[in-house]
Amino acid sequence: MPTFRAETRAWLEANCPPAMRTFMPETEQVAGGKRAQYVRPEQKIWLDRMAAKGWTAPTWPKQYGGGGLTGEQALILEEEMQDLGCRIPLRGMGLSMLGPVLLEYGTEEQRQTHIPPIVRGDIRWCQGYSEPEAGSDLASLRTRAVLQGDHFLVNGHKIWTSNAHHSDWIFCLVRTDPTAKKHEGISFLLIDMDDPGVRPRPIKLISGASVFCETFLENVRVPAGNLVGPLNKGWTIAKRLLEHERKGIGGIAARNAAKFEVPLEAVAKRFAGDHDGKIADPILRDRVAAYSMDAHAFQLTRRRAAEEAESGAPPGPLSAMFKLQGTELNKRRYELLLEAEGFQGLGWDGDGFTADELRFTREWLRSKANTIEGGTSEVQLNIIAKRVLGLPD
Amino acid sequence: MTLILSEEARMVRDTALDFFRERSPITALRKLRDDNNPDGFSRDLWRRMAELGWTGFLVAEDDGGSGFGMTGLAQVMEAAGRTLAATPLMSTALLGASLLSDAGSPDQKADLLPSMLAGEHIVALAFEEGARHAPHQIAVTAEPDGAGYCLNGQKTFVLDGHIADTLIVAARTGGGITLFLVPGDAVSRSRLSMVDSRNAALIRLDSVAVGPEAVLGRVDGGAGLLDRALDRARAGLAAEMLGSASEAFDRTVQYLKDRKQFGVAIGSFQALKHRAAHMFCEVEITRSAVLAAVSALDMHANDAAALVALAKAKANETLYLCGNEGVQMHGGIGMTDEHEIGFFMKRSRVAQASFGDTPYCRDRYAGLMGF
Repeated sequence: MPTFRAETRAWLEANCPPAMRTFMPETEQVAGGKRAQYVRPEQKIWLDRMAAKGWTAPTWPKQYGGGGLTGEQALILEEEMQDLGCRIPLRGMGLSMLGPVLLEYGTEEQRQTHIPPIVRGDIRWCQGYSEPEAGSDLASLRTRAVLQGDHFLVNGHKIWTSNAHHSDWIFCLVRTDPTAKKHEGISFLLIDMDDPGVRPRPIKLISGASVFCETFLENVRVPAGNLVGPLNKGWTIAKRLLEHERKGIGGIAARNAAKFEVPLEAVAKRFAGDHDGKIADPILRDRVAAYSMDAHAFQLTRRRAAEEAESGAPPGPLSAMFKLQGTELNKRRYELLLEAEGFQGLGWDGDGFTADELRFTREWLRSKANTIEGGTSEVQLNIIAKRVLGLPD
Repeated sequence: MTLILSEEARMVRDTALDFFRERSPITALRKLRDDNNPDGFSRDLWRRMAELGWTGFLVAEDDGGSGFGMTGLAQVMEAAGRTLAATPLMSTALLGASLLSDAGSPDQKADLLPSMLAGEHIVALAFEEGARHAPHQIAVTAEPDGAGYCLNGQKTFVLDGHIADTLIVAARTGGGITLFLVPGDAVSRSRLSMVDSRNAALIRLDSVAVGPEAVLGRVDGGAGLLDRALDRARAGLAAEMLGSASEAFDRTVQYLKDRKQFGVAIGSFQALKHRAAHMFCEVEITRSAVLAAVSALDMHANDAAALVALAKAKANETLYLCGNEGVQMHGGIGMTDEHEIGFFMKRSRVAQASFGDTPYCRDRYAGLMGF
């Protein structure tokens, strides 16, 4: 492994542009797609170089454009990128959710068609899961798909379709058998958003941003070959995709420890510090310590799960708690940041506040969605109670 | 640092789990309590533990131990925590053995270690003097007296102090703290009856004269020794508390499945499910922190002290939670002495106060982390 680490580091040093070794604000995250806009040219250069090595999807098989790395090698790549402060070249639902599911459940043709464009960032995907009447009770979804010869005709209304207005394709849960029990009449469809019947509409959120949309589907024609898995068996795939989604959301706390993130302790010291570099208010200090310790223990638990997986142990029950714990911790962190900053943490825009202060305000508001999206904290507790503890319905 | 157990450590864990389940279930603690057993533990059980090598995990092979380390000892302590077994693991195998191993002269080691490792000699560390954990506030004095010293003052909450054959006493000397080996019968001592039915003692030192050979380590060099020993104790106790929390949690989840009200298992109620799932998360997070702490201690890692503070704080919080929720979720039966769940709650409070409660550990962690 020392060779791989040294080679990886040398390659990163030679290929990662200096502008891509800086703090990445939310607005400069690269998600790819046909309508991708790059604030700086280096973003595209960095994306293309990483994609050419398959390192936007390090562990995916090489035959589909992935990096073909082992878990251990991928971890080394991640560590070296963090150490050099390299930005993550590409993020999105294609990489974090759809890709792994297609690798597991897709046909060979579906993999060859859809996975390489995800790796390269050519196609941006969004998620058609929730509906106005199907939130935590996702399986009660009503978007209807009727098989008519060689295609499905789809009609319905999806909501919380993050970035649908910037996306090219949408993976959707649709009802294909309205007479079956609710979990047994659902299918998983891939839908090209170029179809004029697909209309996304952004929703303005409490943070002022509009990352979420609602998406209307009206007489959308979808080739029958875009069905993933068997007809009416989409719920199994839906749940597996949610596991990937939750893993991604639960990783939020880990990303905050990344090289450029401003530590909560430093903010608390700046606004409420004393002369010996302590947080002066003992109550605030105690609460910051309690948070830091919980976050530390959570990171150790993620590491333990990774070590258990590397040692070949069967996947344990730990992953069930990561989404719940990671998001609850992230919310706590922003609450403490705001509290420590006092009035300076409550600015909306303008010159009276630093860029970080304004960013924290918006991120505080955004963080409230963490414990709702991808299954609420309450749903996660239900899942742990049922699947891990075996408590009865 | 590694967060998964080696094959050897897993074997120790499995042996220890079977051992305590068979030989020292909670009924054994109840019997010690109800019989007013003056020792507060079973000497026969302790000798059997010694035969298994558990007394020598923190002693180097050259000194007759196995040097297996904190990770190994933590497996035994966690298993003991599952059945709330009252044994001198903390006083003798952890604190006594490691302090002698760390700082003992060849004569002191030869004099004490063989009988300690054989389970025949109990050692207790006397350092607390007040109601709250404050290892740096020491008023007991050791005045020079001829070639030796004369000790005066009072120690409290001394684990196994009333039956210890040897006490390690932390006392103030001219330029700092010094540790002294004091024969148990040289002091006046009385057992403190605690809510967890485990051992603790009040110790009075009235002009106790000791020779120069009684000094453990360097004169005025005791504070560092004490700090390192207390970090090991915090990690070991955190492991024991993790075992107790896991057991209280497992028993409570089983009760939620067995107990029927309104015609259904009470574990089908969401109000209880969510609290049970929360406890599960806390137990698992605590396990990670304990594994990290003992591993860091064994590897002499730079962040060992912070990880120990983290492990003890999490163990405090989690055993508190599982003890309290255990009683509440068992309902009326949980309030009875006949049922065993209450023993976990009683033990939790004494364990929390020992070697640093949660505010103490948070303050220590924040200080070590620079805020």
